[in-house]
Amino acid sequence: MSGFRTMFANPGFNISEGFFPNINLQEKLNWAEEFIQNVLIPRLPEGFAAHFPVELGTMLVMFACAGIFVAVVPLLPLVLVLAERKVAARFQNRTGPMRVGPWGTLQTLADGVKLIFKEDFIPPQGDRFLFLLAPYVIFACSFAVFAAIPFSQNILVSDFNIGIFYIMAISSVIVMGVIMAGWSSNSKWSLLGSLRSAAQIVSYEIPLGLSILTVVMLVESLSMSEIVASQSNGVFSWLIFRSPFTFIAFFIFFISAIAEVNRTPFDLPEAESEIVAGFHTEYSGMRFALFFIAEYANMFAVSAIAVTLFLGGWEGALPGYDILGGMPGFVIKTLALVFLMMWLRWTLPRLRVDQLMNLCWKYFIPIAFFNILGTGVWGLIFPEDTLVSIIISCAIIYTGLIVAYTIAGRVMAQKPAPQPS
Amino acid sequence: MEEFTLKTFIFYGFALTTVASALLVVTVRNIVHAAFSLMVTLFGVAGLYVFLQADFLAATQVIVYVGGILVLILFGVMMTSGRLEMRIHIERGQLLLGGAVALVLLMLLLTVIANTPAWKNRIDDGTELPPTTERIGELILNGPFLLPFEVVSVLLLVALIGAALISRKEVRD
Repeated sequence: MSGFRTMFANPGFNISEGFFPNINLQEKLNWAEEFIQNVLIPRLPEGFAAHFPVELGTMLVMFACAGIFVAVVPLLPLVLVLAERKVAARFQNRTGPMRVGPWGTLQTLADGVKLIFKEDFIPPQGDRFLFLLAPYVIFACSFAVFAAIPFSQNILVSDFNIGIFYIMAISSVIVMGVIMAGWSSNSKWSLLGSLRSAAQIVSYEIPLGLSILTVVMLVESLSMSEIVASQSNGVFSWLIFRSPFTFIAFFIFFISAIAEVNRTPFDLPEAESEIVAGFHTEYSGMRFALFFIAEYANMFAVSAIAVTLFLGGWEGALPGYDILGGMPGFVIKTLALVFLMMWLRWTLPRLRVDQLMNLCWKYFIPIAFFNILGTGVWGLIFPEDTLVSIIISCAIIYTGLIVAYTIAGRVMAQKPAPQPS
Repeated sequence: MEEFTLKTFIFYGFALTTVASALLVVTVRNIVHAAFSLMVTLFGVAGLYVFLQADFLAATQVIVYVGGILVLILFGVMMTSGRLEMRIHIERGQLLLGGAVALVLLMLLLTVIANTPAWKNRIDDGTELPPTTERIGELILNGPFLLPFEVVSVLLLVALIGAALISRKEVRD
């Protein structure tokens, strides 16, 4: 069944079983235990075999798997940071970093090395223990999210029954790390930044959760693999097109997610012109780098979650076309959303605090509640997804888009009212 | 003697963390430190829920208590108190009262523990219980707990409106 198991069970590994090994933790643990029981122990000397710690061996295999994962995922920010700088440069008619390596591709690596050698400053008046702890809390939580994301048909660390709920729970802990960092720095910029961040994250978690709920209502499962499995019939079975309400929910989810990861136009917690760098003002060297890595990992994670929930996950646009288990498709879709985030960042100005809260509490939350009601009604009318329901859904989305476009055009054509200067 | 497996090892790890951090919460002087060790306690409890195969409850524990209530507590602490080092003065009457309440609570919990059937083989009897999410949903939205659920939601709505009313000064004139 799994490529991994066959790879070890018989020496001649058959590549047609699947190029990527199945990284399903539960299976892996069972496999490890079987391997130790059936293969390893019979070959050990008599006296030693009886005392062989099977549990410990299993745990070591588990740690090894986790280690591979934790080693691979930080490579993402390495690429994304460079991408961000290149995208920003292009948006501003520059070329971006060009000196280190071909087209500046090794710039991030050079910066990383530089950060390692920088002074590790700890504010003497601050709270030393919490100051040292905070980056790890944020880092650990952002990486724990990746455990439940199905990267391809076979690469899913743990197929939780409560997958998406687990992701929400773990990512809600990040805010504790932010507060910890802000408070322990003993700096007003840090404290202000962390309070802003906490208020923002706690507020935007509500529309985020409610828009996830519309998906969960249609799929009737919280498990990430089942959510992907329900979108396996090509592009029109992707949840974003399945009902007009999930279409709206996707945009609410994505905008709230941008707010959750504190990126422009919602980057008030890190607003350079107002509070220096927000909650990580006092951090330097490798500790700062941890925040930075976590931020870009978060960015990738929320995009990956959006892709999994709304854009088919690793399923291809045509049914059955899952090249290499669907991983390239998944990565391309996720990177497209990441690019969209960068695009927004270098295009839009920053919101004010009142605008930020208005958008969340007066627009997103009511719309998200309306969405849930609508999804319930939709589920009553179309208990099964049929061709008819998808055609009706797409027709409504199409009409809605045209109406929205027309209204937006009218509004923009009007002369703006003179602003009091 | 129970077999000492990996599961028991992790279980005692969680239990120890929970109890130790709970002790820290009540003994530490600095309130912010107390709040952060409360975070560890709540996480430990969530881990214990996982051992009881109540995965939904564990995630809810983290999302509600760590992500919501603890953030509120920290907000309150940071916004209000100028001095964080608290030297709480306890009088003898309070000590007696508190001790009595703690004793009653202990008795109550012990009664519950003693009267819970199948308590002993709940943690590690090897059987895997079915996922809880679906049953919780059925019970709350389609079963005996529908009315309490709705009543609680109305209560929360009232609290929400009340909080908005209190925090807006111009309404109160």
